[in-house]
Amino acid sequence: MPWRRLARNRLSLAALGAILVVTVAALLAPWLAPYDPDEPDAAAALASVSVRHPLGTDLYGRDQLSRLIHAARIDLLVALSATAIALTLGATLGAAAGYRGGWVDHLVMRGVDAVMAFPAFILALAITAALGNSTANLVAAIALTHVPIYTRLIRGEMLKARETEYAEAARTVGNRPHQIVLYHLFPNCVPPLIVQATLAMGFAILTVAALSFIGLGIQPPQSEWGQMTAEGAGYVVSGEWWLVLFPGFAIMLTVLAFNLVGDTLRDLLDPRMRGVR
Amino acid sequence: MSELLEVHDLTVHFATEDGLVEAVDHVSFSVRPGEILGVVGESGSGKSVTAHALLRLIRPPGRIVRGEIRFEGADLLALPEERMGEVRGARIALVFQSPRTALNPVLTVGRQIARLYALHQHVAPAEAWRRTIEMLTLVGIAEPERRARQYAHQLSGGMCQRVMIAMAIASSPRLLIADEPTTGLDVSIAAQILELLRALGRRTEASIVLITHDLGVVAEACDRVAVMHAGQLVEIADVHTLFKRPLHPYTQALVRSIPRIDREVAMEPIPGAVPSLLAPAPGCRYADRCARVLEVCRRERPVLRAAGASHEVACHAVEVESGTAVR
Amino acid sequence: MGFGRYVLHRLLLVVPTLFGVTLISFTLVYVLPGNPALVKAGSLATPEHVAAIERQMGLDRPVHVQYWRYLTGLLRADLGESSSTGRPVLEDFRQRVPATLELTLASLLVAAAIGIPLGVLSAVHRDTALDHASRLLGVGGVAMPSFWTGLLLLYVFFYLLGVAPPPLGRLAADVPAPPRLTGLYVIDAAVTGRGTALLSALHHLMLPALTLGFAVMAPLTRMVRATMLEILESDYVTAAWAAGLPRRRVIYGDALRNALIPVITLLGVIFGFLMAGNVVVEMVFAWPGLGHYAVTSLVTKDAGPIQSFVLFVAVMYVLVNLTVDLLYGLADPRIRLR
Repeated sequence: MPWRRLARNRLSLAALGAILVVTVAALLAPWLAPYDPDEPDAAAALASVSVRHPLGTDLYGRDQLSRLIHAARIDLLVALSATAIALTLGATLGAAAGYRGGWVDHLVMRGVDAVMAFPAFILALAITAALGNSTANLVAAIALTHVPIYTRLIRGEMLKARETEYAEAARTVGNRPHQIVLYHLFPNCVPPLIVQATLAMGFAILTVAALSFIGLGIQPPQSEWGQMTAEGAGYVVSGEWWLVLFPGFAIMLTVLAFNLVGDTLRDLLDPRMRGVR
Repeated sequence: MSELLEVHDLTVHFATEDGLVEAVDHVSFSVRPGEILGVVGESGSGKSVTAHALLRLIRPPGRIVRGEIRFEGADLLALPEERMGEVRGARIALVFQSPRTALNPVLTVGRQIARLYALHQHVAPAEAWRRTIEMLTLVGIAEPERRARQYAHQLSGGMCQRVMIAMAIASSPRLLIADEPTTGLDVSIAAQILELLRALGRRTEASIVLITHDLGVVAEACDRVAVMHAGQLVEIADVHTLFKRPLHPYTQALVRSIPRIDREVAMEPIPGAVPSLLAPAPGCRYADRCARVLEVCRRERPVLRAAGASHEVACHAVEVESGTAVR
Repeated sequence: MGFGRYVLHRLLLVVPTLFGVTLISFTLVYVLPGNPALVKAGSLATPEHVAAIERQMGLDRPVHVQYWRYLTGLLRADLGESSSTGRPVLEDFRQRVPATLELTLASLLVAAAIGIPLGVLSAVHRDTALDHASRLLGVGGVAMPSFWTGLLLLYVFFYLLGVAPPPLGRLAADVPAPPRLTGLYVIDAAVTGRGTALLSALHHLMLPALTLGFAVMAPLTRMVRATMLEILESDYVTAAWAAGLPRRRVIYGDALRNALIPVITLLGVIFGFLMAGNVVVEMVFAWPGLGHYAVTSLVTKDAGPIQSFVLFVAVMYVLVNLTVDLLYGLADPRIRLR
């Protein structure tokens, strides 16, 4: 029955909508946020949800809604940059490994194995700790842990495509290797790359949030969803729930949206990758 | 002599995402005690679905829409599921198409047979194992004690098929359904399997329904033959009659398409392809491929009618030509 | 001997991976800003003193020599010292590993006890309300940050309902720890008959284990469901049913048993998620384990514990994956008896 397809499509459309909302909010943050995110207001400190402050205020009286909106900027920015860098680096390495083979392949894959021997989050933690607490380092750390995914993906596609007659024909005509890779073999890799990148966005956001939660990553006064949750953590035991609920919910919603869109893209673009429904 | 199995008007539908697939359409036939009935047809003709329906193995999205399956005096389709469990494996057994995938890969083959003895004959494990070894010997497996402790992936295709047969006849069923028992096997092994089935049938006086797409197998082993096309049963006759005087255009085309080595005959493939069973047209499903198609064929589904001793055909053209058409 | 080769092959693969792990670990250490010798000498030390310590720590040697010293140190189980606790890192580890181990095992238990049946039922009753709910839970669960789950659970069960203890560690303040046999309070208390300690330990383990267990449940449920679905469609399941075995027995006997085998391979991946989750969950609940240790060391820029933690986790990850591979080989007769 086509019901399932329809329902899932509506869900994915909703997810896409959610991503758009978050992106727009992030882009238009300075204009959209009702208050200055850093402006304290001692009189309204630790106030719960109200009309004036729809998401409440924190210890300093700062409006949580505004902080949330501004935090969206950094979360999306970091996740996007990290994914873009990882994709570029990983795809290049994977293409080199897959197409050239030989010692290049061997070297790259040993590197990939070594990186994948660490749980991704732990590695990101270690790199950020080693390099220092800046946004750039955070992006680098997350990007590095994601590189193997793309490397393996592109390498796999390259290995398959290399043997096709299409590639043979291109070689015969006299195309140089990087031309073959870029113009002829790469287009096939684009769909799974898009799927993987979309799904990776979710992981990237979770990593940023978790690292910021434990004190690495984004530092105050810049607001970030994980860091906001950390600030609110101490108040949960005394009942101030809004400081924790909303930032965490923002994380969940955004990650969920990316995952849903990614899943749908996977079904649409590459039925071969489709798991058992 | 009453029939062992009588199937009336069996119809099976599958509700897929693309629509309703009418896999088996108003199929009727019977099986006599002690006979070997061949069921022949191209892939997709509904042979396996019919076999599964006989044991009520059809699961959603499939559904037995109508029909009656009379076996040993009861309509199987009306039995509660628990009673059906007493029929399956014990009174009617099914030998599956690809033996290796029909065996559980993580259980020893001996275990898979022995537990059936425990289930149907309520014997202790030790006795069940003894009977298993006996049965493995009976189906022609050398070193049965060693083989019984092995797993499916350690046995050859032919051996797996023998194990499957052993499982099927463990409880001496009255009816054995063998679904493509020789497909994928070496010609010599296939011949051995066929002979094994026949010997077992004779020995236990069971009837066998032999499903195959290979007319050679049919000629070799069967007493009577039913021909299926696109989910419809088009002709049923004893084997000699079918090959000597096939009446249905499809059967004729099938018989003609058998390559001959005794004389030069042009290869005559059957034109067209098996029609889609998704929302099929009413009437005869062979209409688009038939040289003798009539206008009524596309409107009305032809019904099986007697056309001689032990010979039934479902074809409007045949009826018209023999003057037995009923308006 | 097919299986022997399989084992050997797996073992051999582990060696270069472990090397790579130590290499990356060392690189991270090497790159760390700041001068460890300065930290050790103290801020009042003279430059000569600092230089002397540098020589002593081998910091003036070329890179590859330092790596060699690092490697050999590891093999001697010398993980350096923690500048905040002043003790060898190994000691700190020994003290804290049981806490993390207990939490990890409890979480695994939660994930398996809920996740596996959920996956099975989801597959057996496909496309029913239960199935949709469980898939929704899976998709949603994966998107929920574990610290958020933990904090929400704290709010509901501690603040609102009062059934959970405050997030202050493994035992209530007035309950002494049971005698140390394994370091796992639940086991130690149960074995030595310390009732109060046992109850307190379980009470405190509840929320953290639920949080972490929930975080890693989703992949488990999803895989169990997918594998079950595939198997339920297989020929041998239908054949067993056709042979007269009741459908229920075929599903919960044959099909389930076959489905659980590939799930073993997932345990390695789940272990990775568990270790990552440990860091966060231990912080939320002030659980005195390795993750907590690592994070507090981060704040004080204490290099020794951080690197050792990362190295430890990576090595454990590799070893767990190896064990899982071998277990899978044993469980599946197709591999065990090539």
